[in-house]
Amino acid sequence: MGMDLSTLRTLIIRYCVGEENWVDSRTIYIGHKEPPPSTEAFIQQRFPDNRIVSSKYTFWNFVPKNMFEQFRRVANFYFLIIFLVQLIIDTPTSPITSGLPLFFVITVTAIKQGYEDWLRHKSDNAVNQCPVHVVQHGKVVRKQSRKLRVGDVVFVKEDESFPCDLILLSSSREDGTCFVTTASLDGESSHKTLYAVQDTKAYRTEQEVDAIHATIECEQPQPDLYKFVGRINVYMDNEPVARPLGSENLLLRGATLKNTEHIYAVVIYTGMETKMALNYQSKSQKRSAVEKSMNAYLVVYLCILISKALINTLLKYVWQAEANRDEPWYNQRTESEKQRHIVIRAFTDFLAFMVLFNYIIPVSMYVTVEMQKFLGSYFIMWDDEMFDEELGERAVVNTSDLNEELGQVEYVFTDKTGTLTENNMEFIECCVDGHVYVPHAICNGQVMPGAASMDMIDTSPGPGAREHEELFFRALCLCHTVQVKEEETVDGIKHGLHQGKSTSFYISSSPDEVALVEGMKRLGFTYLRLKDSHMEILNREDEIERFELLEVLTFDSVRRRMSVIVRASTGELYLFCKGADSAIFPRVISGKVDEVKARVERNAVEGLRTLCVAYRPLSPEQYEEVCHLLSGAKLALQDRDKRLAEAYYLIEKDLILLGATAVEDRLQEKAADTIESLHKAGMKVWVLTGDKMETAAATCYASKLFHRNTQILELTTKRTEEQSLHDVLFDLSRTVLRQHGGMTRDTFSGLSGDCTDYGLIIDGATLSAVMRPGQEDSSSGNYKEIFLEICRNCSAVLCCRMAPLQKAQIVKLIKDSKEHPITLAIGDGANDVSMILEAHVGIGIMGKEGRQAVRNSDYAIPKFKHLKKILLVHGHYYYIRISELVQYFFYKNVCFIFPQFLYQFFCGFSQQPLYDTAYLTLYNISFTSLPILLYSLIEQHINMDILKKDPSLYRDIAKNSLLRWPIFIYWTILGVYDAIVMFFGAYFLFDNTTFTSNGQLMTTNTQMMFGNWTFGTLVFTVLVFTVTFKLALDTHYWTWINHFVIWGSLIFFVVFSLLWGGIIWPFLNYQRMYYVFMQMLSSGPAWLSIILLITASLLPDVVKKVICRALWPTTTERIQSVRDMRVFERALAYQSSDSLLDGEAVTEA
Amino acid sequence: MGRVKAKPGPLARRPDNSAFKQQRLPAWSPMLTANTVLPFFYFMALICMLLGVWLLLTVQSTREMKLDYTEAGTCDRCFEMRKNVSNAGEGCSCKAVFSLEKPFKGDVFFYYGLKNFHQNLRRYMDSRDDGQMVGRKTNLKNPSSYCSPFIRDQNGLPIAPCGAVANSIFNDTFTLFHHDSSGKSFKVPLLRRGITWYTDKNVKFRNPKVDNLTLAQVFQGTVKPLYWQRPVYELDQADPTNNGFINDDLIVWMREAAFPNFKKLYGVLYRADEHFTQGLPAGSYSIEINYSILSRGGTVVWLKLGVTRVPLCAFVSCVFLGVF
Repeated sequence: MGMDLSTLRTLIIRYCVGEENWVDSRTIYIGHKEPPPSTEAFIQQRFPDNRIVSSKYTFWNFVPKNMFEQFRRVANFYFLIIFLVQLIIDTPTSPITSGLPLFFVITVTAIKQGYEDWLRHKSDNAVNQCPVHVVQHGKVVRKQSRKLRVGDVVFVKEDESFPCDLILLSSSREDGTCFVTTASLDGESSHKTLYAVQDTKAYRTEQEVDAIHATIECEQPQPDLYKFVGRINVYMDNEPVARPLGSENLLLRGATLKNTEHIYAVVIYTGMETKMALNYQSKSQKRSAVEKSMNAYLVVYLCILISKALINTLLKYVWQAEANRDEPWYNQRTESEKQRHIVIRAFTDFLAFMVLFNYIIPVSMYVTVEMQKFLGSYFIMWDDEMFDEELGERAVVNTSDLNEELGQVEYVFTDKTGTLTENNMEFIECCVDGHVYVPHAICNGQVMPGAASMDMIDTSPGPGAREHEELFFRALCLCHTVQVKEEETVDGIKHGLHQGKSTSFYISSSPDEVALVEGMKRLGFTYLRLKDSHMEILNREDEIERFELLEVLTFDSVRRRMSVIVRASTGELYLFCKGADSAIFPRVISGKVDEVKARVERNAVEGLRTLCVAYRPLSPEQYEEVCHLLSGAKLALQDRDKRLAEAYYLIEKDLILLGATAVEDRLQEKAADTIESLHKAGMKVWVLTGDKMETAAATCYASKLFHRNTQILELTTKRTEEQSLHDVLFDLSRTVLRQHGGMTRDTFSGLSGDCTDYGLIIDGATLSAVMRPGQEDSSSGNYKEIFLEICRNCSAVLCCRMAPLQKAQIVKLIKDSKEHPITLAIGDGANDVSMILEAHVGIGIMGKEGRQAVRNSDYAIPKFKHLKKILLVHGHYYYIRISELVQYFFYKNVCFIFPQFLYQFFCGFSQQPLYDTAYLTLYNISFTSLPILLYSLIEQHINMDILKKDPSLYRDIAKNSLLRWPIFIYWTILGVYDAIVMFFGAYFLFDNTTFTSNGQLMTTNTQMMFGNWTFGTLVFTVLVFTVTFKLALDTHYWTWINHFVIWGSLIFFVVFSLLWGGIIWPFLNYQRMYYVFMQMLSSGPAWLSIILLITASLLPDVVKKVICRALWPTTTERIQSVRDMRVFERALAYQSSDSLLDGEAVTEA
Repeated sequence: MGRVKAKPGPLARRPDNSAFKQQRLPAWSPMLTANTVLPFFYFMALICMLLGVWLLLTVQSTREMKLDYTEAGTCDRCFEMRKNVSNAGEGCSCKAVFSLEKPFKGDVFFYYGLKNFHQNLRRYMDSRDDGQMVGRKTNLKNPSSYCSPFIRDQNGLPIAPCGAVANSIFNDTFTLFHHDSSGKSFKVPLLRRGITWYTDKNVKFRNPKVDNLTLAQVFQGTVKPLYWQRPVYELDQADPTNNGFINDDLIVWMREAAFPNFKKLYGVLYRADEHFTQGLPAGSYSIEINYSILSRGGTVVWLKLGVTRVPLCAFVSCVFLGVF
């Protein structure tokens, strides 16, 4: 909403100004100073102030806006319509019956939302009013944050966070840099270095800064945190100097200044236009499969409702056609009614029937489902088994809407690095020109001098190789973006440190780099720090080498490499490049490619992550050219990224290969066990990784995704080079289908490892070829189908060399395939976000690569192994619980409303309700609501440990099996049957002379006449008891809470009825329930019929259950019966665990 | 457990290890197998059988006698007369004869019944004012709008009791005679009081408060319902305490029946009378009916006497259960 407003505002501004070229960029006048008149027209644009509005409502618009939003939900709107109809026409039930529950629901939601909004207001105010320092007229002035305007120059001190998006003008550090941490933005706690604008970094005092005369042109705000393009025009002596601005100059709101005393910066985006605010857009709502079935059921019930009303209206007019029935002498119409047109009368009758039967779709179902989901999700957060002691983190639930979807997962897409593996990198070896170096001693940050610390596998290389070797080590020490963090000493950085060995440690957003730099340290080359754009290295002889860092060609996932250009103290220029082998080898012109390649492949097979290192000496002329290319690209306002990529492509060429590194990433604990369980549970596990094929395949074998007897199908560039993609695909599909054609379907579900299962390996390039639309006429659609067919028959698929967007594409491909399987994506890094958002359920791992995945996920867990519990136990439980909840809710409302429908046949279709108003209102919101809510929170049909031990149980509930139409129809028929038994049972007993006329039967009182309210109360009593007992029969996990709630709610019903009938209520204009319940209870036959009818209603269901259990037990039921035999055994186990607990208690005390 | 609240360091976010939060509450897990269900089932069947047998025994002696007097005896004349609306004003009484082959021993209840009379039409049921009936004075003069179109007469005076229900009260009167073998006739004495729920008579239906005023004075300013012959305060001419809203017949009528065919209690045999201490003896009886203005137009009125057959339904269902 806030977003909408701001875009609207910008639109309006644009129209007011009427300038075309501002559509894409904005001009900012630093310090609000006009530019020299010659250069350009000074047009002050209007920008929003720096007020952050995360709140949705204000005091004034809360009620209308909140109401509007709530009634946009279809269900609420439906109930509102019913309520309004009740208010307008003469209806059988008072508007209170639907108004009260609706009011309750709306109020509770409104209070909840209002409270949340109040909290948001509070935090907004705190943010908007916090003081900031602004440079005005050469002095630093305090201002409230919200009063900041675009163009103001602000002064920020260390450890303060930035009040809006700023361009760094100057910093207290001499080199014009500053450090920030973006922990609150993307969770990365590493320090990032940002640079001041070249021409202004010399301005260091308020007065000087105030004298800056410049304008900034930059793009309009965009949500991408890592992209920014702009240009600053600095007017020195009225001579504009243009400089490029990039994200390295941009300080984002929410980031915090670190290790820098203070900075001056100019405001460019304020308030809701800051990148942080633009990123707080709500994610698209995911809907669970259960919700979809629920909506389908609702449509069915709506149809039932409408047809009921139609039938009754029709019958009413047929019935009334006979004389005297339309208006019998004892029931005359009023004048106004007589004058009403027949069509209007029929329509009002129809509406009145609708109102009478509307309870079949209860308001409370929505409330109960919401509450169930909300409260139920706490069990995930509370789960002690999903707490990770190492990280000190527990599972996080970001959306409670998808709890039950966890029990329906068919495809699991997992990231490799950080998800399957620890992302705890360890440097294993490096290989220079085919000579392998292994650091054998792990020395905590201590550099062993000389060759003593390394173990050369090969014989010592010649003198030329020695030179190469050192160049390789230097390359690794220089080609990275690692920062050195000093042990809590600001001075450390400021005054430099020469000892450098003891207290510093490395931080980087990429753990590989840290591992490499640390590995180099162990091999004798220590990276010390970056100072004044000079990188300092401590070499083996304990000498400091200084290299001037000229350019950094940052890493990106498309190029898959990064480079630095440095100038050695001798003046030589080098470009060092490191990257994935596939990204380096094609660009190498010399070096011992074959040896290195062999080593890289060997390492990859062992599951190590490999990187290749190459260099290119640059002549000054070449460097000149490079600079030209880069600055040209950097200055571009449009397509800067594209042009940068082109420039990088031109620069990173003609490389000379130095060697390769190998870093190990250990598997997460129990990763293999988890994957095996998921397989057994019938899920297909896909690994999507950016790693190279061999590494990824090794990890897959290690994690038991592929077994030794898995037949691996390859769909890689290597193969498609030999054959056409078309042939390869058809080959594979033939292989797979032959296998499956020969076997029957059920071997598929057989878990025995004997039958060959297939594993598919596909790489990014081939995948995009498969997915590419419109190649070779119509056959592309075919490719997708064939590919899907192959995948369907493979138990495991590995996709390597995937770009982040491709991950999402794969998920989407599977999601939209014709079976519409439920997908789950799990990952830990920013590159997994797209797939996490795409999948039905997105799970984030609290890993090392920042928190972005966690923030965008639906659920976050500390470790991959917790996936087992969250799916097999929690997912299973939630699915069972909510499906019973949904079915039961419809069932109990059929039971509730169908007798009322039947009664219409006896009361001349006059819409006479069978039950009293209070019963109509309270049936769903109090008499029968709590037991089912509790059931849906704590039911456990099978013990948790069994669920975990036997993952195949998960297959029992696959494909939404408990909410299929046959089951729904069974429940509905059961409801209709119960309704018929209750109504006609009571009718028979009631209308039969014996019932009411038996003067002496049981009490002297029963000869008294019972009216229609007694009849309704009798049916209602049977109803409440029947539906509650039905739930009791379904409950398989009776804790004391269940007993309390089930019996308690029955007692509540009785007590309420006694009370409701026990008093002449002064505020009511009817007293029809007065003493009705007591009179009924004082009659013996009523007791008899209550007992009989309840038994008769429940009988078929019980019989069905008993017979089915005896003859065709489901796996669940079989497990339940087996468990009985094990009770004794388990009791013993419990005892021992109890004693353990006691021991704990003692130690804790 | 003396749990220390502030857990140190990385364990600060550790969830409580309570049975509830870990979903490990001790629980009883029953299963519906034949072994568990059948005993319970037989137990239920046994209870029902016993109940059925007991009911059977208790009601064996009960008898019922039903007489449809719509066109019985001389009543066909009245029935014809009522069909013609122009004769509405005239009274009509008739006589019907029946005989009991066996004596009705014990308490005998006397009911009247109506067929195809929908007391359960929604508009009809709502057309009453319980506030007026409970004796609220404001409602006496200003009846609830639910009562319309029976809320005020043409002169705008409020109707008491208002509404369609009260308006259509059943007001046939019956006198029952027993003719013994000697040809002597005894009037069968009927108790016409105490036929309502105690709470209805004493709480739910109240006359407006009378301070020294006669009932007629209290109801001054109101008119009788359109179809009534006498005002509400003169309903029972024999017993002045049975007038107004607390009239037993009115209360019985006001409890609307659930179905279109229904019966309502008319009276109980007064057994203190020496002739009827044992109940109704066998023999021939005659009944004199004052055919009222209201019993017209397709409404069939019948009369029911005495107590019943076996409560078959209960028995049958018990047997049905027992079969399983």
